[in-house]
Amino acid sequence: MDCNHAIHRVYEYLDGELTVWKRRAIARHLDDCPPCAEGFTFELELRRVIVSKCREDVPLDLRARIAAALGLEPPQ
Amino acid sequence: MADQARFAEQTMEYMPALYAAALRMTRNPADAEDLVQETYLRAYRGFEGFREGTNLKAWLYRILTNTFINTYRAKKRRPDQVDLDDVEDFYLFRRIGGLEGADASRTAETELLDSLPDEEVKEALESLPEQFRMAVILADIEGFSYKEIAEILDVPIGTVMSRIHRGRKQLQKRLWDYAERHNLRPRADTTTGA
Repeated sequence: MDCNHAIHRVYEYLDGELTVWKRRAIARHLDDCPPCAEGFTFELELRRVIVSKCREDVPLDLRARIAAALGLEPPQ
Repeated sequence: MADQARFAEQTMEYMPALYAAALRMTRNPADAEDLVQETYLRAYRGFEGFREGTNLKAWLYRILTNTFINTYRAKKRRPDQVDLDDVEDFYLFRRIGGLEGADASRTAETELLDSLPDEEVKEALESLPEQFRMAVILADIEGFSYKEIAEILDVPIGTVMSRIHRGRKQLQKRLWDYAERHNLRPRADTTTGA
């Protein structure tokens, strides 16, 4: 496994979408290649940042509107 | 009503996630609220047909995306069938100085990511063409598997993969464009970086 092969599979690897064998081959490469390992960690870190920066609070009146539309008691 | 209570009990916890996804899809709060409300109404009507033990969250997202596509896309004359430029793997990491450069420390890279304003990250995601944006939202924000996304969007897994991968790389490019415009750079460890 060379760097290009590993990097090309970064998303499938991080998404848990590879077979056990391909996964192991990449994990072995990452053990031997600190720059690639750092890049993989960076991709994971980026995802964490995107998730945390895209959070939203549900407007209170939306909860109330939905509860009313469903014929439920309004939320406390 | 027992049925309403059971529906509410099982589905209300997903509202923050559904609302956030709706906001990224519609790009405005009023439409996002309507979309989420409509999703809950449709879900409630179809709840009897929903089989217990199957994936409730994926089912709700399927209703959300279908409602979005049918309602909001109908407003446009035709859906945007745009394609994206090819962006290289590790785009942002390379720009920030990983791989060849190695002049930025891990902490400096993380600091740069953390220094991106929330609004810019949201805007970068919202600027992706619709089909890529939806795939990235479902994968990255919601953590659905490729197979689940294929079912939610009703497209083949290969298409899902391609949209997620290309959408993510395009997102990196847009975040980097922002960083460059605002002169955000990772702090170098030494003065001898590449």
